[in-house]
Amino acid sequence: MKSGKFWAWVVFALGAAYFFIPLIATVEFSLRMRRGAYSFDAYQIVLGDPRFQATFGYSVVAAIATIILGVLIVVPAAYWIRLRLPQLRPVVEFITLLPLVIPAIVIVFGYIRMYGSNSPLPFLASDMGTNALLVIGYAMLALPYMYRAVDTGLRTIDVRTLTEAAQILGAGWGTIIGRVILPNVLIAVLSGAFLTFAIVIGEFTMASLLNRPAFGPYLQNVGANRAYEPAALAIIAFAITWGCMSLIQILSRFAPRSANRPN
Amino acid sequence: MTDLSLSDHAVAGKTAPPAEARSLRLPTQWLGVAPFFLFAIMFLILPTLYLMLGAFQNDAGEFTLENIAALAQPSIVSAYWISIKVSLASSLIGAFAGLAIAIAIVRGGLPDWIRSATLTFSGVASNFAGVPLAFAFIATLGRLGLATVILNTLFGLNIYAHGFNILSFWGLTLTYVYFQIPLMVVIIVPAIDGLKKEWGEAAATLGATMAQYWRMVVIPVIWPSFLGTVILLFANAFGAIATAYALTGSSLNIVPILLYAQIRGDVLHNAHLGYAIAFGMIVITGLANVFYIWFRTRSERWLK
Repeated sequence: MKSGKFWAWVVFALGAAYFFIPLIATVEFSLRMRRGAYSFDAYQIVLGDPRFQATFGYSVVAAIATIILGVLIVVPAAYWIRLRLPQLRPVVEFITLLPLVIPAIVIVFGYIRMYGSNSPLPFLASDMGTNALLVIGYAMLALPYMYRAVDTGLRTIDVRTLTEAAQILGAGWGTIIGRVILPNVLIAVLSGAFLTFAIVIGEFTMASLLNRPAFGPYLQNVGANRAYEPAALAIIAFAITWGCMSLIQILSRFAPRSANRPN
Repeated sequence: MTDLSLSDHAVAGKTAPPAEARSLRLPTQWLGVAPFFLFAIMFLILPTLYLMLGAFQNDAGEFTLENIAALAQPSIVSAYWISIKVSLASSLIGAFAGLAIAIAIVRGGLPDWIRSATLTFSGVASNFAGVPLAFAFIATLGRLGLATVILNTLFGLNIYAHGFNILSFWGLTLTYVYFQIPLMVVIIVPAIDGLKKEWGEAAATLGATMAQYWRMVVIPVIWPSFLGTVILLFANAFGAIATAYALTGSSLNIVPILLYAQIRGDVLHNAHLGYAIAFGMIVITGLANVFYIWFRTRSERWLK
């Protein structure tokens, strides 16, 4: 068993080297802008760039809109399927897997061809319509993660009893979903929301093909034209991803552990 | 893709009758799921079907196989071929390295904090893809990257003189591995956790050696989830574009980049050929996922 432990350390060390060297290299590169000395110049230039602020702001708004749209679509559907239509579960699970099967570039290609300015639903004819289409596309990308998060959350509560109790007290459907079910699965929904945020914030393909001034295309543009700023941006993006994942981990500590009902 | 749409219909057909019978009593039954299905049909199913039908039509809207046949031209075939090679290489390397790391942290007797730290980091790194990942690898293995410079000054090894280039097949593969390994770790650790201690004890009681225990118990149990995850990693790499585009521009001709250029500027001078390329991508990732689902259902038997 001693040699087993030795090899485990070797594997772990190799893995750690592969994963940490690029991070260290990127940090080092991002500090090299001023000749002969380490400095935060690249970060200052990036953070002071009005295009950074504008595109980052745009993507944050898009991410929040995506999360709201995702919650509005997924929570009622997942709840209703658990409560009344369990026979639809395989169909819905199949659909939520599809965005992993169909590459994002194909989905957005379909949008461009189907919702162009000459189509019956001309999303692409106006700026607002294109923004809406981008948010819809993002919600589609995040659908597999959002659905799984919410469904896992619903599994830990007794949906039927909660619903019946609320109905006995005279609650309507809106009240039941908004004030009984949603608070109970809030932690699961927030986990899905942060994952959505991490996916959406730097997304390139959809934003670029829909010509939106989002953070992803801005990153690509800086990468093609500058030397040190991309490294600083990579570190900022890594920090954002890290932040989202840490929040999910922290939240999962508050999630209810025991399932009241085995299904 | 016919497989997928068929199974969709099959499932829908199977579940329709009871709902129909009930709908007389409760016409609001479907309201709760209506937004979800409307959303999925309008923004997922129909756009995809539109492209797939377009792949079999000419400009006049008549049925034709010409677009599919046109995929056989050398530049497109080579794009598919490079994409498949990069996806396969990165998924296999990612899978074996990820498996080794997973076994090391679960079974290797390492301290507990290493396991939780690795899992947390894997969650982050598997989502650290796209444009920033390309920047990180340019800073590491680009011509002026830290690793390139250190290898050159400390060991006198100029990797660029030896034919390495970050803008090449191996450069792209090595970059993709950065999100493939963590994805493998995240998915495979539960499978390794699912190996019950009793099985090892039972094998030992029956006189099995360590090698026999691995060959006859561990590998057969892990195998389906391992293979399933390899396929998932393959599809994951095959559809990815942002990393490759930021890393190589259009110097490496992979399918998503070709399709990207076609959508932007009709570089192939035939709109329906773009549909055919998209169709080919769906067929490949679709087939991969059919296998994935099949392997997953096989592996779930052991993970209860």
